[in-house]
Amino acid sequence: MPIHIIDRRLNPGGKSLENRQRFLRRAKSLVQGAVKKTSQERDIKDVLEGGEVTIPLDGMHEPRFRREGGTRDMVLPGNKKFIEGDYLQRSGQGSAKDSGPGEGDSEDAFRFVLSRDEFVDLFLDDLELPDLAKRKIAQTESEGIQRAGYTTSGSPANISVSRTVRLALARRIALKRPRKDEIEELEAAIAACTDEDERELLLAQLEKLKAKSKRIPFIDPLDIRYRRFETVPRPVAQAVMFCLMDVSGSMSEHMKDLAKRFYMLLYVFLKRRYKHVEIVFIRHTDRAEEVDEQTFFYGPASGGTLVSSALQAMHEIVRERFNPSDWNIYAAQASDGDNSYSDGELTGMLLTDKILPVCQFFAYLEVGESGGSAFDLSDSSLWSLYERLRNSGAPLSMRKVSERSEIFPVFHDLFQRRETTQEKAAP
Amino acid sequence: MTERLFEGADWDFHTLQRITDACEEVALKDLGLDVYPNQIEVITAEQMLDAYSSVGMPLFYKHWSFGKHFAFHEASYRKGLMGLAYEIVINSSPCISYLMEENTATMQTLVIAHAAFGHNHFFKNNYLFKQWTDADGILDYLDFAKNYVMQCEERYGRIEVERTLDAAHALMSHGIDRYPGKKKLDLRAEEKRAGRRRQHEEEVFNDLWRTVPAGKSKTRSALSIERRRKLLGLPQENLLYFLEKSAPRLAPWQRELLRIVRHIAQYFYPQSQTKVMNEGTATYVHYRIMTALHQQGRITDGNFLEFLGSHTNVVFQPEFDDPRFSGFNPYALGFAMMQDIERIVTNPEDEDREWFPDIAGKNDVMGVLRDVWANYRDESFIGQFLSPKLMRHLRMFHLHDDPEERAGIRVDAIHDERGFRRVRRELARQHDVGYIDANIEVVDVDLSGDRRLILHHHVIKGAQLNETDAKRVLQHLADLWTYDVALIEVDANDKVLREYVVSPRPIPAAVA
Repeated sequence: MPIHIIDRRLNPGGKSLENRQRFLRRAKSLVQGAVKKTSQERDIKDVLEGGEVTIPLDGMHEPRFRREGGTRDMVLPGNKKFIEGDYLQRSGQGSAKDSGPGEGDSEDAFRFVLSRDEFVDLFLDDLELPDLAKRKIAQTESEGIQRAGYTTSGSPANISVSRTVRLALARRIALKRPRKDEIEELEAAIAACTDEDERELLLAQLEKLKAKSKRIPFIDPLDIRYRRFETVPRPVAQAVMFCLMDVSGSMSEHMKDLAKRFYMLLYVFLKRRYKHVEIVFIRHTDRAEEVDEQTFFYGPASGGTLVSSALQAMHEIVRERFNPSDWNIYAAQASDGDNSYSDGELTGMLLTDKILPVCQFFAYLEVGESGGSAFDLSDSSLWSLYERLRNSGAPLSMRKVSERSEIFPVFHDLFQRRETTQEKAAP
Repeated sequence: MTERLFEGADWDFHTLQRITDACEEVALKDLGLDVYPNQIEVITAEQMLDAYSSVGMPLFYKHWSFGKHFAFHEASYRKGLMGLAYEIVINSSPCISYLMEENTATMQTLVIAHAAFGHNHFFKNNYLFKQWTDADGILDYLDFAKNYVMQCEERYGRIEVERTLDAAHALMSHGIDRYPGKKKLDLRAEEKRAGRRRQHEEEVFNDLWRTVPAGKSKTRSALSIERRRKLLGLPQENLLYFLEKSAPRLAPWQRELLRIVRHIAQYFYPQSQTKVMNEGTATYVHYRIMTALHQQGRITDGNFLEFLGSHTNVVFQPEFDDPRFSGFNPYALGFAMMQDIERIVTNPEDEDREWFPDIAGKNDVMGVLRDVWANYRDESFIGQFLSPKLMRHLRMFHLHDDPEERAGIRVDAIHDERGFRRVRRELARQHDVGYIDANIEVVDVDLSGDRRLILHHHVIKGAQLNETDAKRVLQHLADLWTYDVALIEVDANDKVLREYVVSPRPIPAAVA
């Protein structure tokens, strides 16, 4: 009997992918809720690592007619001491009894693993970047192939038959190559001819035509054309993200942590929209400096607080390295709100004149101590300054955050799809 | 000495070929098995999970519930809560067995013997499979179903198709013909028929008919109940069949979808009735083949010990008070019974002669077993062949749990002279599908009135339907029927215990 042994291991994987997507689509709102919930509990580093989520089974239930209750009979193995007519206490012997029928309905919550991409998709699903207008060809990261006319040399595979034939036809007409029916006509005339002299004449003419047709080939190597291809750089939109943070003594670890979470979210978000995202970290006390990430979050610093120094630094960096016509510029500033009073005016000026005009988006995040009540009492100096600017029409986004769990909602709020806000504003 | 099939744990495709040939020799010559041609496929863990999620079939139509199962299995597999099966075998011709790539050579031998010969023989010879399934046609039919569902999605929208399939799946356990009589299912013909039906519809379609004024419809109130029931083929316990034929407002493609789900349910029906026998047969066959290979010196002592380790795990039966206990293990019970039959046939005691006069001491083990495998299902198999010796060995006892009984759960019978027959009868009944599934049937349709569909659930031993689930299923049923549906639970004395009435949900875009 013939036996077929087949190696299926190399078959393309992901056969269940479509079913999985259907399932996710159906459970979308549930999964999204779960994703948001888990992302709050997670460390920022693995916020978008994918992983296990739990959703209530309710919406995904597949009902069946099931029977329950009533009198039950069962045959079990392993009798040790019972004889016919014994009675067993219900509670005592429960374990054996319950394991059978209980199986079906114990799964009220459903756990499964999402891949990184699925996780990020769901996480950022209803968010949108403001103002994606600026895109510039720069930073060629990939090359594509594009048709670029015809060439006289190339590989046979690229021969363009239609172009070649067309050129050949043009050449034949231009050089007056005798057509086939012309020769046939002449031959017919010769055959029909009775007069010897005229016949001679016609024959000579025929000779001439035939010679000419031989001299001028039907297709000449000159006619041959090849399709030409060219590699072209693909445009890649790029963005730069400025992280500004106050690192003066009044910023606690908790506040920095909040800021860091926000920056991470922003980074991931930008990363999904732009192939190329640069980050610039600027920390400031009464002086601002550009630092690397480690120093930014963990480096010790002390001093007073001059917000304008950071804005000034940012402005300079933009001028030097990030031409606003080439780069999409995003900036997020985190601070506890302290600023020296004398600095207010300069800050406001820098922001409205220099920074905001070149930025796609500027967010100010005021971080507070967790559970801090003083936070809500009076607005900080920076907050009131920014609020004033905003009220006079500056495109500023600002939020206050004091708990870790608020980061996502705030972020979400900032980047909510714009249509909805516009719709609200329109009527 | 015969050549060894393999050394150590590694295998390649030549090894598999040699193993299969060796197994085949034992299976066909020594055991006299009769099998479909074999097709053996080696797959990865991910592909095994794929197969899990589509009820073990190599191809299936797309539906979200399979994605759900996949996600669920994958999560438990990753966390190590669940191991994967060593193999999956499909009742088709050729008989396809999937082997996991990470099995050792010994395990591959075991699963080839188990699936490609044990299950394969059972599929080909058991009367239920012969009666209800069409091994030749199933793969083509599934292919047809997959494409048909896809076409429907293109034509009528994914949401609409999903809604119909959801409803059909909910009723799947009640989409089965339980009694033979109709002609055998021929899935290939079925597929052609669906194509022709569609073509015919397209050919005879003429929009003008819509504009012809309809004559006054005849009133059916004059029809007697008897006649009406006869016209609709009532009572009918195959709910999907009934809806497919009689639901007033289903589109043709919806009926076809119900038909597909029904056919697939029917295809799996024999498997649910023969778990103990099917696994018992396969386990017995692999045990015999492995032992034979070892005796022939084709596998080493070490490999044989490895085999015995896995085999013992497979046929392990925890006792009722063991935390691992979750009912009878079909492998354990099936294998124990097959071995017991072997003992009765070759080496009976007086008790066996009294209980099994037909087979005791007959000495033709394979003859008896092949006959048993061909002609019984779990319920009748246990009812016939569970011996007192095995009941004593497994120390079986019967509990009767009446919620009304204050004193507790009564031990009704144990493994003694008085109890053997009662324990056996009760265990057989536990394996009777007719007894496990709720007995629900369509009894009437109020055609002259509000077209309400009336179903009865015949309650046995006071076990009523789970309320939330019943309501959900009835909702699906009502959506398909498009008028009210009533389900009445009645006990043996026709006393009404409970009544559900569900109205269909409005359909967003009417299906014309």
